[in-house]
Parts: sequence; structure tokens; C-alpha cells
Amino acid sequence: MKFFHLVWRGLLRRKLRTLFTALSIFIAFLLFGALMALRVAFGMGVDLAGQDRLVMIQKVSFIQPLPLGYLNRIAATDGVSAVTHSSWFGGVYQDPKNFFAQFAVDPESWLAMYPEYVLPDAQKQAWFGNRTGAVVGRALADRFGWKVGDRVPLKGTIWRTADDAPWTFTIDGIYEAGTKGTDTTQFFFHYAYLNETRTFGKDLTGWYVVRVADPAQSEDVAARLDALFANSSSETKTSTEKAFVQAFAKQIGDIGSILMAILGAVLFTILLVAANTMAQAVRERTNELAIMKTLGFGDGQLLGLVLMESVLLAVLGGGAGLLMAWLITQRGDPTGGLLPAFFLPTRDLVLGIVLILALGIAAGLLPAWQAGRLRIVDALRRQG
Amino acid sequence: MQALSQILAITAVNVRSIPQRLASSLVAIVGIAGVVVVFVAVLSIAQGFRAAMTTAGDPRTAIVMRAGTDSELSSILMRENTQLVKDAPGLAQGPDGPVASAELFVIVNHPKRSTNSDANVPLRGVEPGAFAVRPRLKIVEGRKFEPGRNEIIVGRAAAGQFTGLEVGRDVRWGENVWTVVGIFEADGAISESEIWCDAKVLQGAYRRGDSFQSVYVQLEREEGLEAFKAALAADPRLNVMAQRETDYLADQSVVLQTIIRTVGFVIAGLMGIGAVFGAINTMYNAVASRTREIATLRALGFGALSIVSSVMAESAVLALLGGVAGGLLAWGVFDGYRTSTMNFQSFSQVAFAFRVTPTLLVQGLVCALVMGLLGGILPAIRAARMPITTALREL
Repeated sequence: MKFFHLVWRGLLRRKLRTLFTALSIFIAFLLFGALMALRVAFGMGVDLAGQDRLVMIQKVSFIQPLPLGYLNRIAATDGVSAVTHSSWFGGVYQDPKNFFAQFAVDPESWLAMYPEYVLPDAQKQAWFGNRTGAVVGRALADRFGWKVGDRVPLKGTIWRTADDAPWTFTIDGIYEAGTKGTDTTQFFFHYAYLNETRTFGKDLTGWYVVRVADPAQSEDVAARLDALFANSSSETKTSTEKAFVQAFAKQIGDIGSILMAILGAVLFTILLVAANTMAQAVRERTNELAIMKTLGFGDGQLLGLVLMESVLLAVLGGGAGLLMAWLITQRGDPTGGLLPAFFLPTRDLVLGIVLILALGIAAGLLPAWQAGRLRIVDALRRQG
Repeated sequence: MQALSQILAITAVNVRSIPQRLASSLVAIVGIAGVVVVFVAVLSIAQGFRAAMTTAGDPRTAIVMRAGTDSELSSILMRENTQLVKDAPGLAQGPDGPVASAELFVIVNHPKRSTNSDANVPLRGVEPGAFAVRPRLKIVEGRKFEPGRNEIIVGRAAAGQFTGLEVGRDVRWGENVWTVVGIFEADGAISESEIWCDAKVLQGAYRRGDSFQSVYVQLEREEGLEAFKAALAADPRLNVMAQRETDYLADQSVVLQTIIRTVGFVIAGLMGIGAVFGAINTMYNAVASRTREIATLRALGFGALSIVSSVMAESAVLALLGGVAGGLLAWGVFDGYRTSTMNFQSFSQVAFAFRVTPTLLVQGLVCALVMGLLGGILPAIRAARMPITTALREL
């Protein structure tokens, strides 16, 4: 560490070049962070899917409803420990551009099914008791400045009230994310309110969510449930929540992977450019290195010094970039509700740090090795 | 005049000496090419998606849905209502009455070729009038479906993206088995991502009673939409809205386009900044390696302006080389690449091809040029401000 000052002076030798190299590394790792967050977002939070939850939809299409009567038959099936259901509402708040997802659910069993929606007990109880009450996610509440007690009118697009007046809800609670990446852009309200008020489609629901007693038995339970409703007028397709989310994310399809591929290529390009500049900075100083050798620096020492310089530069630039990316992703979804699971997982943060070190070593290794093998007389004679 | 000839002379020297600094020049070129590839490629996705949604839209085609709905999926119209819509004034008349088709739009789970997992494929039930409303639609293989039978025809793009949709094959969705009897094309319009069948059969299969979701009509005149709307609004039995199909589809593609464009611009912008830093380093390098040469020129009487211009010009040339390389690469790799994605607004799959248009390529080149000029400014100023005497002494 006693040579730190020497290394530091080496970096300051050409301040502008060091600055711009550090800045391009900064950009590269800022991009890296954004990229990884984007990947999580396009995966729709598949890693967050509950291990012990199954999703049951109508077999032909998820837009087709299922009879509410299935509820008891599902609950009575072997291996099922809890069941709840949910329906897509598709209402419009003020303007269609203010899109967010709304679901009509059975409040008590719904919150029991999803412990990751965290809200105070008092708010829970208030919601359970208020037929026109709703709970919303933190991100959604912040987006529209809603507070507990606010009244929110939604214009029904599919489900209409008898006189086509807007549906009015009172916000009884605001839920927080129980785990990183939990979608807090959703709006939940009483299924009973929807079912009593809508003019058609009564006693139908969108899909069921089932908790299995033993996650290892998920496949068996799913098969048993589908067999239960086979050859009925509404056949079902049950899959683990993970598989369901995965299939949904796959529908976005190539776009996500193409973006990743392009961006990966570019990340590589920027790093190549930066590494080349760093290597050049060392090559330029061949004479100096030779003088240091004359003064008695060993080959290993020189190698270490050169490596330290390039690693230091990479860490300064890349570290700042990664930090910036982390800060930005802390603020959540940049598109305002379209990519709810936008965050930078710790796993990718670690990967970023490894990449930074790898970049520093890769960029410094060849010139450092050359520097170590220098013959003093040759080096002193060399110009530029 | 003299200044100009000076600039030209030095620029020519600079550009011709680029090969001497090949390595560092290549770095700048590669950096900028990378940015241009991404910029063009990402925007070509947005372009292709937009094209799939809106091209081949006939301005005379209008779509009528229940008032207050944002997509066909959430609309519902009873048969009486669709009849009233068809009887409204202002519609083109064919041999069998008004050119119109009441339609049903649903989604079926069907496996996608690329992932082999289920995707939401749009299935449209149409009336015979549908073919008159969309005159550009033609059957390119097989035949039309017969009314009343479980037969489907498949859009060219859908047939390419999803498994087992070949003429003569049977597909099973739930308790219904359908036979593929034809493949159709529609000049690249959105219909090519869909599967069509007889509306009456679909009503039965989906237990929709005698309801529809939309009515597609052909207006008598392009500017007749307002009058048609007014006529619908004047009828107290109807609670519907009419819009041009092209407007409707443009609306439907807003969300996905916003995502792609936001992502594209933010990422390409960031990368652009990174590439500018790369270019600055390259040009500093170029200037540094020619310190004595530049000082000599200055001593001979060349002006500061001509030095500045020559450095900027060199940077611009490098950037343009990068821009051309990046544009060509993006064009070669991505133009026409066929894929499909889910449109968030209709929850259904849209098949489309990336489109690298000439406009995009020009935009990419402009980007490259701007990056090159930005990268050249600082080094150029340094070159011009070097004190001649010290510079001449430099190694």
C-alpha cells in the first residue's frame, strides 16, 4: 500500500484522459445496472413467485371466466391448504392513459394468500368491513397522491353499473412491499361489490389461486384439480405460479432477449474502448517504467503497480456507475407503472463488482506483463 | 478563401494519416458503431411494431364499440345494437346491403413456435361482410371458412409464429376442434396476426349468446366519419362510439411503443455519452501524437481556425465511418427479423418484422456525426491553443 501515492500520481499524469476513461467505465456500469434491472422487469418478477401457490385459469383462455362454484370443490381437494380467487376489473381512472391493474378479490382469503402485501392490521380490518373499500399499493398511491380515506371513482369498461355511473371506492389501506420487487401498483377491492353491482356475468370469477400443503406435491395437486373439472363446461388449466408468470413473460418473447443481446454487445464495446485506452496509458510510459527498473523495482513489483493502477481506475469509474445505477433503481419503475418489478438484485450487484475487477485486471495485464519483461536498455531507447 | 484552402489542406493531411493511428482510430469507430447499432436496432423494433399495427389501414374503415371501452376485448354489443349501427347513414353499400361486419374478438391459448409455451393468440369471429370491409385481405392458400362450421383461416404472420396452423390440420381449444382451411394475407396489416372464424360459431363455442364486441364498417366517404358518429350519438337506443380503425390501432400500440422507445432512447443516449468519451480520448491521442507537426504548421503560418476545423473534421470522418458500419450492421442483422410479442393493451400476440427504414439509418448517421463533433471539440481547442515554442520542443 505504500506505493498508493505513486499509483495515484500515475493516474493523474494525464488528468483528462483518466477522467474520460473513468467516465466511459462509469457509463458502462450504469448501463449494466439498468440492463439487469430491465431483465428482472421483463421477467415479470418470476423469481418472486410463491413456491407453494398454484394458479388456475380457464383452459382455453385466461379471459374466459370460471364458475364461483368451483371454490368449495377446490378447497375440498386433497393437498390444498387454502384457496382464493380474483377477477380482472379493467376500470379507467380519469383517463385511459392512467392505466393500472384492478382486481376484485375476496379480501380476507386474498391477503392470507399473499403475505407479501403488507398493511397495518387496523387498515385490514377497516377494509374487511367496508364493502366498497379498496386497498392499493404504495407506488400506485404515490402516483396519484391518494391517501387513506380518499374516494376514487373508476369508470367500468367491461363491468358496468346499472345506470353506467362510475364505480366509487374508498381507500381503506395502502400496502407496502413485503419483499423486494413486490408489485405495489395494484388496486384490490371486494368481489362482493363487483358481483352484486354488475349487470351480467354474475357468480363468475377470473381465476383461482390455490395454496398447496406441500410444494413438492404441486404437480400432483394441479393434475388432480384439472381432472376434477375435466369434461365440464369450463375446463381448467392449473400451473404453479412460477410457471404461470414464466409463460406470461415468455409472451413478451424475443423482445426482451433481443434487447439484452444488443445491450450486452454494446457494453462489451464500451469496455473494449476503455480497456484499450487504459492499456495505451501504460504503454506510453515505457521509458518511465524502465527508469523505475533501473532504480531497483523488481519485475513483480512493476507488474503489481501497473495492475493496481488499472484496477483503481476501473473501480473508481465502475464503482460510481454501479452505485448510480443502484440509486436510480431504488426509485423504482421509470415508466410509471408499466414495469413494476424494476429493481437491481444483489446477485447482479455482485456480478457487477466482479466484472469491474475483471476489467481492471484484463486491461492492465498485457501492458503490465510487457512492463515486467522489459529490458532496461531497450526500453530507455524507445520513444513515445 | 485562403482560410478555406488551409482547412482543406490540413484536413486532407489528417485524414490521410488516420491509418498511422489505426488502433486508436478503430477504437473510436467501433465505439460509435456500437451506439448506432443499438440506436437503429431498438428503434427498428418500435418502427416494425407500429407498422404492423397501422399499415394497410384504410381511412374509410371505422370501428364501432361500446362507449367507454378502450379495446375490443372489453366491449360488448348485442345483435340489435349491431343492426342499428349497420343501418346508420353514411356507410358504403354493397350488393348485400351496408359494407359492415359485426365481430367477436377473443383470445385462445396456443403454443408459440419460438418458446413452445402457450401464448395469447387472437381469434376473431367475423360476418361475411368482413371481407368486403377489408378488401385487401386475400386467401393465399386453401379457401375461406364455411359459415356454420368449425373452420378457421389463419393470418400469414400467425401461421409463422404459432405451431400447427397449417391448412388441413385440426387444432383443439377446450372442447372445440377446429380445422384450418386457409391462410390469408392482408398487406401486412394487423389481421395477419389473427385467426378468423365464423362469428356465429364462435358465439356458441364461447357461450357469448347473441352478442358481439365490435362492428367494422366501411364509410361511404373518408370524411364521413363525423356525420356517422353524429348519427350514432343521436340514436337513444345506442351507447356506442366510433373511431377510425387506424386511430384505434395507433392507440392500441401506444403502451408498447412507449416502453420500447423509452428504453431505446435512454440506453442509446447513455451509450452515446460513453462513446463520446471514447472519441474524446482518441482525438486527444491523435492531437498529442502530432504535437510537433501541428506546431510546425502553426509556425508556417496556418491559422488556429484551420487547425480546429481539421481536428473536428477528422473526428467527424471517424464518426461517420462508425455510423455507416453500425447502420449497415443493424440493417443486415435486424431488418425483416420476424418475431411476435404481446401487446399489453389487447393482451394478445402481434406478429411483426423489425424495420430498418432509410429514415432510421439517416438518424443513426446524424447521431454518429453529433457524437464525433462533440468528441472533437475539446481536443481541437487544445491543438489550436498549444504554445508553438513548447510544442516544437516536445518529443
